[in-house]
Amino acid sequence: MNNLLLIIVGSVLVNNFVMSQFLGICPFLGVSKKVETAMGMGMAVTFVMAIASFFAYLIQNYLLIPLNLEYMQTIAFILVIAVLVQIVEIALKKISNSLYQALGVYLPLITTNCAVLGVALLNAREEYNLIESVVNGTSAAIGFTLAIVIFASIRERLAVSNMPKWMDGFPGALITAGLMSLAFQGFSGLLH
Amino acid sequence: MKKQSLSKVFMNGILNENPIFRLLLGMCPTLGISTAASNGIGMGLATTFVLVFSNMVISALRNIIPEKVRIPSFVVVIATFVTIIDLIIKAFIPALSSSLGIYIPLIVVNCIIFARAEAFAFKNPVLPSIVDGIGMGLGFTLGLTLLASVREILGTGKFFGMQLMPASYQPMAVIISPTGGFIMLGTLILIVNAIVNSIQKRKSMKARGEIA
Repeated sequence: MNNLLLIIVGSVLVNNFVMSQFLGICPFLGVSKKVETAMGMGMAVTFVMAIASFFAYLIQNYLLIPLNLEYMQTIAFILVIAVLVQIVEIALKKISNSLYQALGVYLPLITTNCAVLGVALLNAREEYNLIESVVNGTSAAIGFTLAIVIFASIRERLAVSNMPKWMDGFPGALITAGLMSLAFQGFSGLLH
Repeated sequence: MKKQSLSKVFMNGILNENPIFRLLLGMCPTLGISTAASNGIGMGLATTFVLVFSNMVISALRNIIPEKVRIPSFVVVIATFVTIIDLIIKAFIPALSSSLGIYIPLIVVNCIIFARAEAFAFKNPVLPSIVDGIGMGLGFTLGLTLLASVREILGTGKFFGMQLMPASYQPMAVIISPTGGFIMLGTLILIVNAIVNSIQKRKSMKARGEIA
């Protein structure tokens, strides 16, 4: 139990995927102009990352290791993630149209989100068990959501403020992200 | 499809559409491993390898792969070459493998490779696709090494592991931290954009001067 708590605090705050591990930067910079879309992206990523951690664990421990195929890890994981995203999309469409409307547009983008493949690889590397893998995947995704939503609300404010012209767009966004990550570094003392 | 000269395709990746400074693709490895110049070169060349071969295979197969399953096909091709380079680096340069860590398998989801497969290799013959891969890959390597060198020099006072700054120089540890990564990248993009814009302005002024 203690162990799980450590994983949660670690992945959400201390080793935040975006702010200190640099995973999932593309959607972080690309889909963060509005809080609403950032929230949608965050939820879609959380959904997929939790399921992906689960299946990646099964593939790793019941298929790749018994067959001595660990070198196929990258290909196997990315295929599982691609298929999973597709299935989630189809299932969402059938089950809940409103949820599909909200998350649908972000789903295709998730296949190439390095946070999803990253968490699957990290789980395998740390040799987490099934529960730890799913908890780590979910909390890393919550950390991602936290970062992208905060970043989007800062950017909404920046859009209406008077920025110097040369700071407009990506340079300004990156420097904002840098200052945010400085704030997140404050959490690093939590786990000692 | 209009004909493009190979040298133009090659330079396009290095300057006008530099993946890091102009297209802003492949940001995760860019920020993640740019703490030492040697990492920058290693990561850049590994990505170039994957980019060249995946471009080659995808453009060779472009008439066979059906439009609808192109994305999964790209994924399989790219993942194959990433696995190859991963195993090569592990076998011959274990030090690089441990310092790049998880970012080598993550080349699979590097947006540059997908973007070039989709935007270039799937529409062009083999030779230009290979050249495009080399150009984009070198542009990425160049940008990555530049960022990594700046961060290594300011953050540790060293360059490729050798002491560069005088001993009295106090290294700025923040530059090596994630915060420094974001801020230095933002600053470099700012500078590169300013340079490219001023070159373009001068060019267009010259062109107008000649007409008038």
